[in-house]
Amino acid sequence: MPAPNETADPVDLGALDPGRLDGAAAAALAAIAGADDLAALSAVRTAHVDGQQAPLMLARRELGALPREHRAEAGRAHNAATAKVRAAYEARLVELTARRDAEILVAERVDVTLPVDRRRRGARHPLSLLSDRLTDVFVAMGYEVAEGPEVEHDWFNFEALNMAPDHPARSEHDTLYVEPAASGRLLRTHTSPVQIRSLLSRPLPVYVVCPGRTYRNDTIDATHSPVFGQLECLAVDEGITMADLRGTLEVFAQALFGSGLSTRLRPSFFPFTEPSAELDVQCFACRGDAARQPCRVCSDEGWIEAGGCGMVDPNVLRACGVDPARYSGFAFGMGLERAAMTRHDVREIRDFVDGDVRFGLPFGSEG
Amino acid sequence: MRIVMSWLREQVGGLPPAKAVADALIRAGFEVEGLETVGGDLAGVVVGEVLSIEVVAAKKKDVRFCRVRVAELGEPGGPVASGSGEAEPGVRGIVCGAFNFEVGDRVPVALPGSVLPGGFEISSRKTYGHVSDGMICSARELGLGEDHSGILVLPAGSRIGTDVAELLGLGDEVLDIAVTPDRGYGLSVRGIAREAATAFGLPFDDPGAWGSDEPAATGADSAAGYPVRVEDTAACDRYVARTVSGVDPAARTPLDWSRRLSLAGMRPISAPVDVTNIIMLGLGQPLHAFDRAKLTGPIVVRRARAGEWLLTLDGVDRELDPEDLVIADDSGPIALAGVMGGAATEISAATTDIVLESAHFDAVTVARTARRHRLGSEASRRFERGVDPALAPVAAQRAVDLLRELAGATAEPGVTDVDHRAAPEPIVFPLGEPERLAGRPYPVDAIRRRLTDVGCLLRDPEPAEAAGSPGEPGELLVTAPSWRPDLLRPADLVEEVVRLEGYDTIPVTLPLLPAGRGLTAAQQMRRAVGRALAADGFVEVLTLPFVAEDAADALGLPAGDERRAAVRVANPIAQDASYLRTTLLSGLIATAVRNLGRGQTDLALFESGLVFREPAGAPAAVVTPPVDRRPSEDEVTALNAALPRQPRHVAVVLTGLREPAGWWGPGRAADWGDALAAAHAAAAAVGVELAVAAGDAMPWHPGRCAELSVDGRVVGYAGELHPRVLGSAGLPARTCAMELDLDALIGAALERPPVAAPAISTFPPADRDVALVTAVDVSVAAVTEALRAGAGDLLEALSLFDVYEGDQVGPDRRSLAFGLRLRAPDRTLTAAEANDARDAAVAEATSRTGAVLRG
Ligand SMILES: [Zn+2]
Repeated sequence: MPAPNETADPVDLGALDPGRLDGAAAAALAAIAGADDLAALSAVRTAHVDGQQAPLMLARRELGALPREHRAEAGRAHNAATAKVRAAYEARLVELTARRDAEILVAERVDVTLPVDRRRRGARHPLSLLSDRLTDVFVAMGYEVAEGPEVEHDWFNFEALNMAPDHPARSEHDTLYVEPAASGRLLRTHTSPVQIRSLLSRPLPVYVVCPGRTYRNDTIDATHSPVFGQLECLAVDEGITMADLRGTLEVFAQALFGSGLSTRLRPSFFPFTEPSAELDVQCFACRGDAARQPCRVCSDEGWIEAGGCGMVDPNVLRACGVDPARYSGFAFGMGLERAAMTRHDVREIRDFVDGDVRFGLPFGSEG
Repeated sequence: MRIVMSWLREQVGGLPPAKAVADALIRAGFEVEGLETVGGDLAGVVVGEVLSIEVVAAKKKDVRFCRVRVAELGEPGGPVASGSGEAEPGVRGIVCGAFNFEVGDRVPVALPGSVLPGGFEISSRKTYGHVSDGMICSARELGLGEDHSGILVLPAGSRIGTDVAELLGLGDEVLDIAVTPDRGYGLSVRGIAREAATAFGLPFDDPGAWGSDEPAATGADSAAGYPVRVEDTAACDRYVARTVSGVDPAARTPLDWSRRLSLAGMRPISAPVDVTNIIMLGLGQPLHAFDRAKLTGPIVVRRARAGEWLLTLDGVDRELDPEDLVIADDSGPIALAGVMGGAATEISAATTDIVLESAHFDAVTVARTARRHRLGSEASRRFERGVDPALAPVAAQRAVDLLRELAGATAEPGVTDVDHRAAPEPIVFPLGEPERLAGRPYPVDAIRRRLTDVGCLLRDPEPAEAAGSPGEPGELLVTAPSWRPDLLRPADLVEEVVRLEGYDTIPVTLPLLPAGRGLTAAQQMRRAVGRALAADGFVEVLTLPFVAEDAADALGLPAGDERRAAVRVANPIAQDASYLRTTLLSGLIATAVRNLGRGQTDLALFESGLVFREPAGAPAAVVTPPVDRRPSEDEVTALNAALPRQPRHVAVVLTGLREPAGWWGPGRAADWGDALAAAHAAAAAVGVELAVAAGDAMPWHPGRCAELSVDGRVVGYAGELHPRVLGSAGLPARTCAMELDLDALIGAALERPPVAAPAISTFPPADRDVALVTAVDVSVAAVTEALRAGAGDLLEALSLFDVYEGDQVGPDRRSLAFGLRLRAPDRTLTAAEANDARDAAVAEATSRTGAVLRG
């Protein structure tokens, strides 16, 4: 067995000398590890990994010059060193790329709480929204929407509704008349003339809901307005009863103020219905519970007045050519402002016609 | 109607507390708007006996120092009078300014510490050299009416030290009841008492019915009364006159009655006047008292004659209308029947002999006269709503009795009773009617009981009269009571049965509806327009539609413009709001001004609503159809023809920034284009494309007004408002607006066929840009149209991406840069094909508009 010295290879391996290869690989690994960003890593790659002047690349060129018997082993050693360096480089590249990406996303952070209302907001009027909403309640039950003119003829607004020219109930209407005098033209005081128009123009049975603007000779202030919205429903069919009216009003009341509220009818008077009633809906705020009073919504009454109703007067049916012995019907009418004031806690009725954008904006498109 | 509970209880015994009565009346259909407790706050006022009086001289008016015993001897009488130097138990020294009482009188004494109505607290105080240890009170100070002429002297036997509130029965309650116009009988204690008795099942002794005092027969007696001639027996079917003499002018209405009158809302005046009011409030019969000494000749009830005048009690001299029903004597009219008396025959403080009128006047006649003279009174209010014609002689008798009792009057013999009442017609009432209308069965005995409660007389029809066949519910002949003129038809009787049985006993069901068709297309489109504008940043407003006479002038509308044909309100709320809007812009401009005044400078408002325009020519006179049958088509057409045109419009007004300023930039001011874009948004919401042309219509800027049309019909305008209009309205420069005839827009939309879907080519597009130079007055629309026509079917899209005016193109010319996107449905276009299409487009533009390619 020869002694180490004796077996020492007399051939000079140059750059492929295992010691120098290890040194080059170690230098490359150190440079890779020391590269702090992608630019530095790119420079390291040129200098140590695959650049023309990288020691490992230079060493590779010397392979061919080695004696055959040394070439294979030197080649394996070189490959191993190169592979190790490349793996380290790739790993560092992934690491630094990820770090750079993360830094960019951090740097690009914005304050998402900045205001972004670059477009102006709009809104529909709360009365339009409420009118649509309540109309849809009736439409969902199968009613159709009927309309009529706002400047009406006395015959539609009063006479056909069982209010002859000297009827005392007329004085409660504070009617605005339209010139010329005695022309019979007026600003409709309620949406009830649409009932007449519907009965005259539609085949029986008639189930209609009539939303619209109406007028009274009232000076505007916190609680009065010369213009106000109404919504009426009319059902004329064979066999219609006050029980049907009660059921319909319960559906309506829940849609307006919420479910689980009871309703009550109080006897009242309207020239165009007989029997007649006022509809009260249980107060949604206190539900009539003394423990939840004082109540601003209902003034501790426990009930909210929601509208007038009754069975269509036979005289009204007759004026429309409907046989009151065969057909019966009910009608219900309500004021939109009052309901909207209760529902939305509106302080002054004047707010509805003032047109201040600060009032209208919060209602958006659904209210 | 204010109902005094003690008065009500006098007519119905056994009523529960007032709150329960109020609730029961509400259930029966009488809206109780208030329940006041009165007199309960008066505590610490006791009966005192005046022991001595010493006059104290004072500068303006002497006063008196009185010693008053306020506690019986031997009883604990409160603290010893302090500081008076007299340690006499139960005796107070009090300074008083009134002189109408003497030693020995019993007077109300408010002791120190008591609080009088109005929160006036009594304490001991030193005045006129004496310590005044309390106060001797007048009626007004005790809240018992207006009488402040002196101290309220109490009945001689009143027990000293008794609580005055208790002694006088001052604690009371008042119901404030809103009586519906069909229930005239509810404007009396009698009417409400009947309802309350029914509600609690209590017996009711009708004070409006004759009792044992019913005269056996009035026939012979009648002639002996004051002579009365009724010429119009339709307008006055009953007239009762009674005469009393020897009325004591100094008589005062006793405290209990004057207190009730005050609580019921009427001022006590004098015994005779108070008596007429007591009868009216108690029974519901308006009475009128004539001073017999001022009457000349017989009383005549007749229509007024042309040229006659009457000075009424309110001091107004009125020219009478021949339709007015009057009470007259030989001197002419002396009263407006059922409305108000005349000044010439009014009773005064010197009147001793009175002719009392207790009559029944026709509701319509009274209503017309009251309206014609704008003269509503307590009497007219009752006659308009119906007074019981059977009541006249009873009410007159009760008044005579009271005048005798309160004013020492003597009833003269003779009762005038001119009676032309028609016999009541019974109503044929099908017993199944309550169930048919209310939806639950009502047993026959319940129906009978309720109708009897109301006062109806019931009779079963003779077998020959009965219509129903066996097994069906039968009929009842119902005669309504004289105080219920509103009960005329079966439906009226149904209400009585159903309300008295309770509305809460009606079941809850739903009708079985046929399938509805939902909103019509037009109704959906109207909503879509509102939503589109709201989504586009506009805030909806609903303005009052009343405008001033000069509204058209403010908008600079030319003569003959249809927006000048405004509808005029006959009785406007204000003189500067006496016309109806013909355009939505009037209200929107006013609303914008209001917002600006409140500091809101960036505005985008919209409104959708009716505008009103008179058609040319005066509205045709219409004969109104009767109401006992369906009107004919012609009659309905005639009624509608009398109405103004009322199309629905939609409009916007914009001012300030259209796009808000913020950290992202300075924002963008609203301009004419935003108004136009709003019109396009509204049109797009209903699926219609607006054609745009240069317009010239007020109130728009003549150079910045777009005329908008659909199918060749102009439907509106958009653009910047005219500077003159802005100036006079006080709006900022460059404020913009648009207004569309929404009905016309939707009408056109409804005629559109369903949208045809485009074929989508998946071949690549070829994009070509062209810059064309034209005269500045050539519209972009014209150039665009020419390019489209020239490029033909291959043109998929066309966009204008630059507009340039300046040195490079020369004066009065501009450059328009368009991008053309070309695409074939079936192949990839070659460069040559694309270029050919572009060249053809340019050539067409050149030929139509003189445009040249920019070099
Ligand atoms: Zn409540």
